[in-house]
Amino acid sequence: MHYLRSFLHYLRAEVFVLPTRIIAVAFVIALLILPLFTQDPYLLRMLILASVFAIYATSWDILAGYAGQISLGHALFFGTGAYTTALLGLHLGLPPSLTVPLGAVAATLAGLAVGIPCLRLRKHYLALATLAFPLMLTGLVFMFPGFSGGEGGIWRIARLAATRVGEYYLIVGTMLAVVLILWRIAGSRVGLIFHAIREDEVAARALGINTIRYKLLAFAISGFTAGVAGALYAHVTRIAGPSNLNLFMSFQPIIWTIFGGVATVYGPVTGVFILYPALDLLHVVLPQYRMLIFALLVLFILRFMPQGVTTWVRDRIERVCPSCRVRNVATRRTCRACGAELRD
Amino acid sequence: MVADILVNGLVHSGVYAMLSLGFGLVFGVGRVLNLAHTAFYMIAAYGIFYLVRMGLAMPVATALTAVGVMAVGLAIYKVFIEPVREVESTVLITTLAAAILLQEVAMVLFGSELRHVPPAFPGYTLIAGVRVGNQEMATLVLAGVCLAGVWLLLSHTRLGLAIRAAAQDREVANLMGINVNRVTAIVMGLGFLLAALAGAAIAPLSPVEPQMWMHPLVIVLAAVVLGGLGSLKGSLIGAVILAFAEVVVVFLVPGGSYLRTAVALLIMVCVFLVRPEGLFGASIAEER
Repeated sequence: MHYLRSFLHYLRAEVFVLPTRIIAVAFVIALLILPLFTQDPYLLRMLILASVFAIYATSWDILAGYAGQISLGHALFFGTGAYTTALLGLHLGLPPSLTVPLGAVAATLAGLAVGIPCLRLRKHYLALATLAFPLMLTGLVFMFPGFSGGEGGIWRIARLAATRVGEYYLIVGTMLAVVLILWRIAGSRVGLIFHAIREDEVAARALGINTIRYKLLAFAISGFTAGVAGALYAHVTRIAGPSNLNLFMSFQPIIWTIFGGVATVYGPVTGVFILYPALDLLHVVLPQYRMLIFALLVLFILRFMPQGVTTWVRDRIERVCPSCRVRNVATRRTCRACGAELRD
Repeated sequence: MVADILVNGLVHSGVYAMLSLGFGLVFGVGRVLNLAHTAFYMIAAYGIFYLVRMGLAMPVATALTAVGVMAVGLAIYKVFIEPVREVESTVLITTLAAAILLQEVAMVLFGSELRHVPPAFPGYTLIAGVRVGNQEMATLVLAGVCLAGVWLLLSHTRLGLAIRAAAQDREVANLMGINVNRVTAIVMGLGFLLAALAGAAIAPLSPVEPQMWMHPLVIVLAAVVLGGLGSLKGSLIGAVILAFAEVVVVFLVPGGSYLRTAVALLIMVCVFLVRPEGLFGASIAEER
């Protein structure tokens, strides 16, 4: 009873005061109870893939949005995760419960392997050096077709769960857990240091921050998360192929993240859950023009909301208190924390 | 074999050099990392294909295509890119979306099959006992004329002076009375012109298809950073190095066409290990 009361108090004091938090909680609840109302396989599959891509997009946001290490080759981590889980399943016959974590570990190692040589590179040089790695790995995949499946990829990877609903809960649960952990990391001291490194690396180092360690940490976290996404993707689509490593796969998380709002964690999730179903719907309605409309949609929305959708919406419905920096509903006259007057 | 490598390497160097020069100028002056740069090269190749099939002569088709591509490019720049120019990451995605848009327009208009443009200069010439196609020579001449033209523009005109000033420091150039926004628009136009001419140069030599922009984009990005961002000389040298690396791999390694991109990029990464700012780039201390 006591816990219930404190929980209700927490909801009232911390969640229901801000519209964005209400939206976030409502979104999570809706995702969790959806299979109770409909078990349409098409809809479930779409949401499963959207959840996998949400993990992938958020991993890009941690590395590029927070730590400022813009990676144009994020497909390296995604593809490493996918290929590791597929190869372990194919050659050693291991179950998914083992191969998915191993895929994520392999992607973490890939993150460190890319991060270490790239430590000296800044900004655009780093972005373009990272662009190179997945394409070089693609070259390796084509060189050893007997081992890696070559151009056709690896087929018939094991399913994660026997039923579609089981798979749905497994993946949506993983997505929510990963996003929550990343959100906590981003809000912690580590996240603050990532911000500092992005804004001014030299100044951060002058403050005594070991920027090398934190940059590698960003690469490792991001690689691990993207590896989880890649491994899950391989099990959901049941194929791992060179398309997991191509240029478009590297660009996709960037589109979603910047569309949703960079350096926010919830931005990339929003971006994926808007753009991926939209693209899927267009595939059904107008297959020939779907990428055309998709590109126009991204162009126009970014033209009018250059900071991304979530940032634009948040700045319309919420306001920051000028004296204590706490966020408030736009309808309030006074700050909910310090009582200072909120001016327009 | 050696002659083949030399001729193909030179032709690819010419095309990549034109693309890298335009890309480097746009980045240096406008601070726009234009991922759509090679998409304009793709639509120029389609423009040539369409106009030549309509029965126009190659030079007329090239001129019309160049004007058309510049108009489309500047329209996209003015409507979508210029308003968000200050937000760097958004520019990245806006240009990428523009590239996908152009690819899809080409796909809808022409379909995804490979298209071929008949060579405007058929036949070949014997140079020191080596057969060199006339079309290849025309491509090289076009590339040479373009590079010389850009060099003359940059070093011998007032506009060139303004462009170099804006590239060095936008704010100060603005204070000196240069209309930086107009200079940026002009440079964007110049970049689109170079991309269009590169597309015209490649159309008769290789098949035209909607996805043909991706591979040159990777090579151009690699060439520009290999040479050092902001250094036009560097990006030209980078383009030549990568073009020859690709051609050597394709000719000498079995199954090399899969590996050509990987090897070109490996070279770029190796250069980075030694010189993080590229071959001719400003070192970090001098960077603004």
